[in-house]
Amino acid sequence: MHELSLSGAVVNTVVKHAGGRPVSVVNLRVGRLRQVVPETLVFYFEFVARGTICEGARLEQEIVAASLRCMACAEEWEIEIPAFRCPSCGGSDVTVASGEEFEVESIEIEEAACIAQR
Amino acid sequence: MHRTKVRIVEEALDANNTIARANREDFDRAGVTVVNFMSAPGAGKTSLLERVVGNVPGVRVGVLEGDVQGSLDADRLASLHVPVTQLNTDASFGGECHLDANMVRSALDALPLRELDMLVIENVGNLVCPAEFKVGEDVRVMVASVTEGEDKPLKYPLMFRTCDLVLVNKIDLLPYLDYDLDRFLYNIDQVHPDAERLLVSARTGEGIEAWRDWLADIACAPQEIPA
Repeated sequence: MHELSLSGAVVNTVVKHAGGRPVSVVNLRVGRLRQVVPETLVFYFEFVARGTICEGARLEQEIVAASLRCMACAEEWEIEIPAFRCPSCGGSDVTVASGEEFEVESIEIEEAACIAQR
Repeated sequence: MHRTKVRIVEEALDANNTIARANREDFDRAGVTVVNFMSAPGAGKTSLLERVVGNVPGVRVGVLEGDVQGSLDADRLASLHVPVTQLNTDASFGGECHLDANMVRSALDALPLRELDMLVIENVGNLVCPAEFKVGEDVRVMVASVTEGEDKPLKYPLMFRTCDLVLVNKIDLLPYLDYDLDRFLYNIDQVHPDAERLLVSARTGEGIEAWRDWLADIACAPQEIPA
């Protein structure tokens, strides 16, 4: 149910960068460790976007696999279940290499065709 | 009309994190150590606070009580003559399931920070959403009661990974449950080996002294400045 707040955060981030222009696509990168349910996020996004420049925009989500790195032996591996120990040396000093992203990667905006190309 | 792609690459929760940093700076200026206190509903957060807030030696503790509705928990704590501020989330968008940095910011003026050394922010009962939102805390503490089952670290890894201390509550019930405590501790090891753990019972008082000492220690310890 955090998807409601998360979709609000997405809309705010997009509005900040879109310069008032209508947005047709929002491209998100969502790490698997964020426990986001993609369908739920879409559902809330459509709702929260109403009355903003994001209204009617399509939300695209690139799911980023969760991978870890062992600080002791530099092993890097992907995880399917939340187990945070190095399978190589058994160490517990492990950092998340990917999987915690929740970022707006890009947006696609509609612009009037008469604007001169820079 | 034509379509232009604009590259942004910005963490969508940056706005929350920025406000959380501002809160943290205000708390630091006031010399108040802040605990973000989280758990599932009914795990025993308020009971564990009732046990300690009035008698952490040398530390004046206040509570910011987050609830979807009502002031039942705040009333319980206020009866112990501890400064309690109520923050209800139902005034916002349909009753939020967690506190975020902005909600805590809105309560700053109501908090008697000058009279406190420590502020415990009792979050809304929930193991998912509160883990996502920093509120300006120095440390995170969660309660996991034994009636919730030993699999929870694996089901809510984000919460368990972000907590500095796990209070394993209701251990007086262990003789009556099929709960495997070793398995639970092993599961914490899987997701967050560095997490401290204390076995406690708010009902019998077992382990409460250790919980109080832990709070006294972090109130005195210099806090790391977050990046």
